[in-house]
Amino acid sequence: MSSFIAYLVSGIAIGCTYALVASGFVMIHRVTRVVNFAQGTFAVVGGMATASLLRHGLPHGLAEVVALASAAALGLLIGVVAIGKPGTPPLSSVIITLGLAIGAYAGEVMIFGDQPLSFTMAHGSTSFLGAHVDRQLFVIMGVTVVSYALLQLFFGRTYVGKALTACSSNPYAARLSGINPSRMGLLAFAIGGALGGLAGVLITPIQPVSFDSDSLLAVNGFAAAIFGGLMHPSTALLGALVLGVSESMIGGYVGASYEIEVALVLMLAIMVWRAARTPVMAEEVA
Amino acid sequence: MLQVDDLVVRYGSAVALDGVGLHVGRGEMVALVGPNGAGKSTLVNALSGVVRPAGGTIRIDGRLAHVPEGRQLFADLSVEDNLRLGAWRSRNRDPRRIYEVMPVLGEMRRKAAGSLSGGQQQMVAVGRALMADPDVIAIDELSLGLAPIVVADLARHLAQLNSERGMAILLIEQNARLAFDLCQRAYVIESGRIVAEGDSGELSRSPEVARAYLGGITGSDTETLLERTAE
Repeated sequence: MSSFIAYLVSGIAIGCTYALVASGFVMIHRVTRVVNFAQGTFAVVGGMATASLLRHGLPHGLAEVVALASAAALGLLIGVVAIGKPGTPPLSSVIITLGLAIGAYAGEVMIFGDQPLSFTMAHGSTSFLGAHVDRQLFVIMGVTVVSYALLQLFFGRTYVGKALTACSSNPYAARLSGINPSRMGLLAFAIGGALGGLAGVLITPIQPVSFDSDSLLAVNGFAAAIFGGLMHPSTALLGALVLGVSESMIGGYVGASYEIEVALVLMLAIMVWRAARTPVMAEEVA
Repeated sequence: MLQVDDLVVRYGSAVALDGVGLHVGRGEMVALVGPNGAGKSTLVNALSGVVRPAGGTIRIDGRLAHVPEGRQLFADLSVEDNLRLGAWRSRNRDPRRIYEVMPVLGEMRRKAAGSLSGGQQQMVAVGRALMADPDVIAIDELSLGLAPIVVADLARHLAQLNSERGMAILLIEQNARLAFDLCQRAYVIESGRIVAEGDSGELSRSPEVARAYLGGITGSDTETLLERTAE
């Protein structure tokens, strides 16, 4: 029973990091209709930058903030390249983000090296329902809950948040109202960068991150994001938790090497399910 | 207030507007009528900067707001949020000034815009444009898909805005009778060219215009839509 609890808590925490990556996917896709394949890169930059800055003597708090700002700045930069030129088709932008994600490997190796980096955030473990659970897992869950609450407040209460929703809902009307959808798209990329960076900052203490760790996080984050059709952060959170717990259980009871397969199979199943469902809905509307 | 000269808009090799000239004076209500595909929406999109002209000049003395064809609301947001976003470039984002003119919008301010009826949505679209405190407002297909009584109610609001606030209005309409009833002057556009212009009453009495846009009935033969709905 204690190992079940340990796997469950671990799965929820890992799912939370996928949810943060997924919310970045959703944020960018809602506003720009671009699937940003560089989303995993933000997590790598966030995690490796924090570890590197701590090694250079920066205190906790400052190192994390600088790392998040770096991930957000990288998001903005990728946004400028991917959607900065007016009229760039979303598919071209997707290919650009894929190219940039691969190209980023070189920069990450140059800046952070080619070895996995890690650091300690919350020390030790604690007893929870009879299981020994790493304290970092609770930090991950707490920060994710706060982040989602802040996102909810941002979209529900702020003028800029509503302008982002407006661009997602009707870019033409947003433009007529004087809102610049391209600038809003860049803002979405920056926020998506920060969310991905946050996932990296949180996961690096329990899973050392190297320059090529982006694909695992991106695949899992994308699988969670498509749970909500790349449009709904709350559904993406649910998808991420299902994914995280499934992987943790399979990793614990079957074998850790099957974790990525779980994500891929789940993603494929959701895509098939959605594809099968959409034409029926379209017929109903017609 | 609004002066357009020799405006040319092309979509690739197709010419959508070919040397269009148009003038709307301060506090004037002017109609632009024409069939589908004549270039009406292209013209208003060029006025609001959505479409880049290939030639000609557009001079706007003040602010222009554009109510697009098909309402184009932010369906997931509330009526109040839709209105507030209309003031993106303005410092005054308080929608109460719109509720004074259109009290019905105040009553449904918390409703999702996508859940409203067509007439209510059109009112939100007009209200959102008014939030920019425009000097001239271009309304693309006010009557499209709406019941005559709803159109008449909207028309009354526009006439009130025009007379009380001196707001210039450019009404782009397929419904020529409504446009001629509401506006003092009108332009007729066909295949990207202005083919007739002048006093609405005179245009509606013109046999060619009546045949093409008024079902063959000249303006002098019929009472106006506003008169009919007022009864």
